[in-house]
Amino acid sequence: MRELKKPALMPYVCCGDPNVQFTKKLIKAMVANGADAIELGIPFSDPMADGKTIQEAITRALKGGMTPGKALEMLKELRKEGVEVPIFIMTYYNIPFSSGIANFTKLAKEAGADGFIIPDLPIEESDELRSACDEHDLVLVQFITPGCSSERLEKIVKNAKGFLYAVSVLGITGARDGISEDAIELIKRTKKITELPVVIGFGISNEAQASQYVKAGADGVIIGSKIAKIYSNENSVEEVARFCSAVKEKLQKSK
Amino acid sequence: MKRYFGKYGGQFVPETLVPALAHLEEEYCKIKDDKSFQENLSNLLFDYCGRPTPLYLAKRLSKKLGVGRIYLKREDLLHTGAHKINNAIGQSLLAKKMGKKRIIAETGAGQHGVATATAAALLGLECEIYMGSTDAKRQELNVFKMNLLGTKVNIVESGSKTLKDAINEALRDYTANFKDTHYLIGSALGPHPYPTIVRDFQSVIGIEAKKQILEKEGKLPDCLVACVGGGSNAIGLFSAFLDEPVEMIGVEAGGNGKQHAERLTGKAREGVLHGMKSYFLQDENGQIQNTYSVSAGLDYAGVGPEHSNLKEMERAKYVSVNDQEALSAFKTLSQYEGITPALESAHAVGYVMKMEKAEDKTIIINLSGRGDKDAPQVMELLK
Repeated sequence: MRELKKPALMPYVCCGDPNVQFTKKLIKAMVANGADAIELGIPFSDPMADGKTIQEAITRALKGGMTPGKALEMLKELRKEGVEVPIFIMTYYNIPFSSGIANFTKLAKEAGADGFIIPDLPIEESDELRSACDEHDLVLVQFITPGCSSERLEKIVKNAKGFLYAVSVLGITGARDGISEDAIELIKRTKKITELPVVIGFGISNEAQASQYVKAGADGVIIGSKIAKIYSNENSVEEVARFCSAVKEKLQKSK
Repeated sequence: MKRYFGKYGGQFVPETLVPALAHLEEEYCKIKDDKSFQENLSNLLFDYCGRPTPLYLAKRLSKKLGVGRIYLKREDLLHTGAHKINNAIGQSLLAKKMGKKRIIAETGAGQHGVATATAAALLGLECEIYMGSTDAKRQELNVFKMNLLGTKVNIVESGSKTLKDAINEALRDYTANFKDTHYLIGSALGPHPYPTIVRDFQSVIGIEAKKQILEKEGKLPDCLVACVGGGSNAIGLFSAFLDEPVEMIGVEAGGNGKQHAERLTGKAREGVLHGMKSYFLQDENGQIQNTYSVSAGLDYAGVGPEHSNLKEMERAKYVSVNDQEALSAFKTLSQYEGITPALESAHAVGYVMKMEKAEDKTIIINLSGRGDKDAPQVMELLK
């Protein structure tokens, strides 16, 4: 895995929403404006962990003809064109499963991915993908939530590599206001038992929230729905770039 | 409890739901052997729902078809008109025991929605149902019934606007609200422990049918036939006969010649959706495909994991019946027996209408629901 700078700003972007050219432009603009890593969404027809905003982004991408193959092709091009931050593929398990785990991990590695984020794959079901990832030096990012008991947290952390994806709220993705005390507690509990970076996501929509989580010990933030809202309303990358710089600036000051 | 049926099943859910499902499993294990819970459930199934349902020898139909002695397991006579109430009452009691205040459910044909809304009204639970807009249109009467029962019906406009999308929405609601909410899945599918819980609550169908056929025929039947959407009525009937030398046939929706819901009989592949590994209709990239059937209850891209395993082990056979054959069965059963089946159950009857002629064969068809809900739709189709 490429090194993750901390505190990390990790935007999520749905590949192919509304087309590949736009996604490439968006990623480059975000990286130029403070994004330290990218969560690259490969759209799946039935995104059960996503709220309305990301669902709509996925629908647009699928309508535009996005496929897993095209997404990996785009990633390969981005690498050739000099995008060097860590890029994690976020998708649902049926995408790699249907393509064949061994095949898909190999293709992802060749395309220049650093790992996978699979929201419908708890550790109990993850052996096959994890060992394929190990073989190709990819990380399979594990989720932790405020509902994890201390035993479960230990179990997840023991199996984790790369970073931990802390879910800030009970529920699905989508921009929300305010911060969650439970999430702060989770960050603190987790930092006590591991050296791995803890990156927080779900419901983060502004620099104030991002900064409070980092102050509480988070090593980064993932922002998805908010970014999709900005670019789908404005149909331009400039506003997203401005948003990324503002968040990044605030994160730097919160270290 | 077993997480898998052979290689199918499992618990492919967001981490947020893992503790919720562990809690559900734990509580279910407790009530499974709890005498007072089971007594309470039996009493409601008998006094409120109308169990046991008759096992009826359909003499005129048998004579017309000449494929054997055809028995109908009359789940259509249950309160609310389908087998769905068995599971809805069972899980609602469980939800209540777990201290949940609210239940949510998905529905395709609307039968599970009505059954859940009914159980909620009976037990004083708050209830919300998710239903695809396509289904809500073709099952308008059931939407009205749910509202009448005090339930809020959330119309789902995403994806194919049918059962699959209603399940997605219900899962999202459950992920956010599991602390006070129980997700009452209506078929033997979803993440572990749901396929087992739903099968167990539906197993009363097979247990009764086995006893009844032994009383009437003095021997086990040769063959069981049931329609398979998610597969709960079929697994409910089959489960009592798994260790017996009885042929089992699951009937899928063959659709209109262009589109269908043939998972175990068609080109479906292994996949992962809605928390389980099973067979799903999907394209070459793993995107779940839209399905179609005249029957909303069979219109689903996947199938319960236990059925995938029964197919893999060749313990059950899966076949398909198209819209036209189902409509023909809908009419035939009405005209020869005075029983109008649900379009779902008409698929099972439709398969028996195609079976080879035989005289000494005994067949049980699970008549999982009644056709009243489908009458307006069929009236349009037959115009």
